[in-house]
Amino acid sequence: MTTQPPLIRIERVTKRFGDFTAVNQIDLDIRQGEFFALLGASGCGKTTLLRMLGGFETPTEGRILIDGVDVSTVPPYERPVNMMFQSYALFPHMTVEQNIAFGLQQDKMPKGQIAERVKAMLDMVQMSQYAKRKPAQLSGGQKQRVALARSLAKQPKVLLLDEPLGALDKKLREQTQLELVNIQEKVGITFIMVTHDQEEAMTMACRVGIMKEGRIAQIGTPFEVYETPNSRFVGDFIGNANMIAGAVTGGEGADWTIASSDLGCTITAHHEEPLPNGSDVTVMVRPEKMSIGRQPVAGAINTVSGRITDIAYLGDMSIYHVKLAGGARLQVSQANLRHGIGGRLEHDEEVSISWHPGDSVVLLA
Amino acid sequence: MNASLSGRAASLYTMLALGYAFLYLPIVLLVIYSFNASRLVTVWGGFSTHWYAELLHDDKVLDAAWLSLKVAVVTATGATVLGTLASVLLVRFKRYPGSTLFAGMVAAPLVMPEIITGLAMLLMFVAMEQTIGWPAGRSMTTIVIAHITFCLSFVTVVVRSRLAQMDMSLEEAAMDLGARPLKVFLVITLPLIAPALMAGWLLAFTLSVDDLVISSFVTGPSATTLPIVIFSKVRLGVSPEINALASVFVAFVGCAIALGGTLSRKQD
Repeated sequence: MTTQPPLIRIERVTKRFGDFTAVNQIDLDIRQGEFFALLGASGCGKTTLLRMLGGFETPTEGRILIDGVDVSTVPPYERPVNMMFQSYALFPHMTVEQNIAFGLQQDKMPKGQIAERVKAMLDMVQMSQYAKRKPAQLSGGQKQRVALARSLAKQPKVLLLDEPLGALDKKLREQTQLELVNIQEKVGITFIMVTHDQEEAMTMACRVGIMKEGRIAQIGTPFEVYETPNSRFVGDFIGNANMIAGAVTGGEGADWTIASSDLGCTITAHHEEPLPNGSDVTVMVRPEKMSIGRQPVAGAINTVSGRITDIAYLGDMSIYHVKLAGGARLQVSQANLRHGIGGRLEHDEEVSISWHPGDSVVLLA
Repeated sequence: MNASLSGRAASLYTMLALGYAFLYLPIVLLVIYSFNASRLVTVWGGFSTHWYAELLHDDKVLDAAWLSLKVAVVTATGATVLGTLASVLLVRFKRYPGSTLFAGMVAAPLVMPEIITGLAMLLMFVAMEQTIGWPAGRSMTTIVIAHITFCLSFVTVVVRSRLAQMDMSLEEAAMDLGARPLKVFLVITLPLIAPALMAGWLLAFTLSVDDLVISSFVTGPSATTLPIVIFSKVRLGVSPEINALASVFVAFVGCAIALGGTLSRKQD
């Protein structure tokens, strides 16, 4: 599996618009059958990268190979790639059926086969009863399905999705996320999705590439980028994080002692690589990996105390904002398991927070 | 309170009536007097369609109307083709040397006094005849060329705004699905901007039928358009026949505008 050559190889691709560098020397391999998400804030270059894969932009430098063929300068209509546009871009003067058949007609497919394929596609997205409708007569969710059917009809090697669920409301989005994943698994086509929504990327993709200012900050499975981010940026971008700045003062094995000026004490953190004494690091601890209570946890290695300043009650869990004696603030989240037993923690209460060294991540960048 | 409300409504309706009267009363009078039996234009002598019959037998007027129609059809078609190409260039190909200059020059005839356009055209045609021998004299050809020149700007304005509103990803999607650029233009872009093309065509048609100033500069003895005939007849005194002719004209233009309006409403 790992020896299989990648379906898509992006080699040191750069795209400049005038003085502005939208995509900066990106290297990326994507395997056959993968669901890959490019995640980033707006303006990070993710859409430009997707448009280069679709053939709508030409790389200023570098090459893009699909199945071993250099397609960097191949126009969109000759690429084995289809795209689902953010606006869906359904042709308003054609019916749903005609929209889906459009790509097949360009390939000069026989009429009977086109009808068959269109029907199969409509069945797949459960839109058969709307075949004769015009796009203007469809709801947002229905348009999204038609757009998906149209872009999959030609059975491309790769499907590019530009913010595929961006125009849907929250409830429909969550439902469609799983549907899209199911369809991807069924058709086995490689999907590359661009999104700014980290939850969407985490839910749907096998691998996520987080982009920042035209470069890829980290690539990994949703688990890897959440649990072991490689930089403060990624740690902050994905989920919530407590970032504790400090300096390394010593270590034993993989456990390092870090003096934190933020917390006003030393903490212990786990890190496999050697850390030179005195080096500045950031220790990241996710809010759900800390425990909070009125009494310190017996035997806990990292314990700090402070006062609750805010409580965000979300139903299934609560997020506690705690101000430490030294002025630093930490966020701790805790599942609301039992119903009001032992008294809930209240605003302004003195609490003790602790966490395990293995649950923290030492970030050097 | 009710009384003051209805009073206000009444004054609003009066204003509206005055406004319409200001705009359309002259035309209404013209149409009424076209059915006047009397030879004197301003004296009502009973209802008659005499002047319409007279008009039908006036070969000079009919020839001029026929010529105007031919000129307008050719002009509208030519201006629509060129104006559409100019719009595509302006909207879809934004970055090329001289793009700003081109945008300005396409729009310039909109604000250019007609008398200057007409004079410039005449000078150009004369110079061309002297150097390359074409066009030979002033004729329908010169009128059509001159009309296309100024109608082109109007068509461009109409088509350009429609094209700019169109979602560019529609064209990209068609290309992505395997259609080459020319096919994309014919199968996706053209059908979607068709209402604007029709509106532009009708606009060019009416402008061409209506034009007097530019036509009189570039016309020759063989080509007399309808506005030229009307103008020369009026100089000899207004005859009721002119009223009839003008009424037909108004009806015709009115229909064209109504058609254009319907089409542009249909486009959304």
